[in-house]
Amino acid sequence: MQVNFTHKQSAHCESGVISNLMRFHGLDFDEPMAFGIGSGLFFSYMPFVKLNGIPVATYRIWPGHIFKKFSNRIGIKIESKKFSSTTTAMTELDKMLDKGQPVGMLTSVFYLDYLPAAYRFHFNAHNIIVFGKENGRYLVSDPVMETTTDIAYEDLVRARFAKGMPEPSGRMYYPIQIPGEFPLEKAIWTGIKETSDRMTRIPIPLFGAKGMTYLSKRLRHWPERLGNRKAILWLGHLIRMQEEIGTGGAGFRFLYAAFLDQSSTLLKNNEMFDISKQMTANGDLLRDFAYYAGRVCKNRTSDTKTFSELADMLEAVSHREQKTFEQLYQVSKSK
Amino acid sequence: MKEDQVPQDKENLNEGKLAKLYYATDESGHYKKVNSVGWEPETVAMQQAWDVVNNEVEDARLMVIEGKASPVLYYLKKNIMDFSMVASYVGTMSFVVRLHTKPFFFNKLSKKTLEKYAYTFRISVEEFTDIERLKQKHAG
Repeated sequence: MQVNFTHKQSAHCESGVISNLMRFHGLDFDEPMAFGIGSGLFFSYMPFVKLNGIPVATYRIWPGHIFKKFSNRIGIKIESKKFSSTTTAMTELDKMLDKGQPVGMLTSVFYLDYLPAAYRFHFNAHNIIVFGKENGRYLVSDPVMETTTDIAYEDLVRARFAKGMPEPSGRMYYPIQIPGEFPLEKAIWTGIKETSDRMTRIPIPLFGAKGMTYLSKRLRHWPERLGNRKAILWLGHLIRMQEEIGTGGAGFRFLYAAFLDQSSTLLKNNEMFDISKQMTANGDLLRDFAYYAGRVCKNRTSDTKTFSELADMLEAVSHREQKTFEQLYQVSKSK
Repeated sequence: MKEDQVPQDKENLNEGKLAKLYYATDESGHYKKVNSVGWEPETVAMQQAWDVVNNEVEDARLMVIEGKASPVLYYLKKNIMDFSMVASYVGTMSFVVRLHTKPFFFNKLSKKTLEKYAYTFRISVEEFTDIERLKQKHAG
């Protein structure tokens, strides 16, 4: 049971799975394209939503959104299934593999033993593709890995039925209908419009570009509010959210800039390339922020001055992003 | 980020298994894909998160040896879980799991419940209930 499957490495799991699945079905979408059309970029900081006691800052849209929007905009029909029984979930998978159909699925990173141990926390929304079975082991295309790998039946069951938030419940998905022709240009603009709208126009201070200003205001007071140890921990957590396997420390900004770059070539739109360059510069500033924050974490000393400086850096990015996305909104509005 | 700025920090936690894909720009500002073996700020942040976990595991280990807690607490920490997560694996409520971390309640557990815990923690019942092996540091 093995299909002729070409694996390409990507930076983010969801856009990577889309790109690899589509290639199998004859549609060539590079990862940035999938990310951009699916409106993957975002920012939000919600101090009341906590993970292990630390508030969640996210640099992208919630899991599952990219896939949904991408397939809607390109016109792909996706079959998605959830299971209550582990045995049924695995036999259904085997059936699809027998038909020669690679299957995308949600897993928990904790049970994927091919990943380095340091990455294996309980993150339950990691997307992978299973494309075959050999000697009782499942063949896996994990988008963040350079090459394909494999996993034992037992581990895959645990990964698909991990508990916690959110529960994958064995969810698996595959395209059942691929359009011959699709409105690529329209899909790109709709994707951009949604992202730039979200980044600039949600009237709540926690979301979009101004969410970063909000975070910077909170971050400024972490040392006196939380004490040294906790402030450093929270900062470390922020770096991890910003890097999140392969975004180059810029919280998906480089990935989105790559999308704008590719789209500008495709649509012969020079303004888009200019905005891509702005986005690259914003990403570089975020990277500087992470670099400086990493220093602070390494030395384990937090003082009000360093945290003020860090907050200033974030605030600067926030203002720049507001401008960049406003421009992007104006460009995409009429399209 | 320009392609020659893509970090290649040798000191990392990737065990040589993972060289992540980064998007970086060439001289004209167009994007290309470049692999990175590691990046120091991320390594620092990740190590810091693991230090917290490892400290809690060590605290739990000492408590189990001293008879103040049951192996449930140790393996819960070891698997980076919390009470409610273990509870949903074992099929009970989190305050029950909390009770089971006390040796008094732990010693009354049925074979079946012990098996559920052991399955959750991916060890055998013998390993799970053997407190002696926790006396060596870095026990399984």
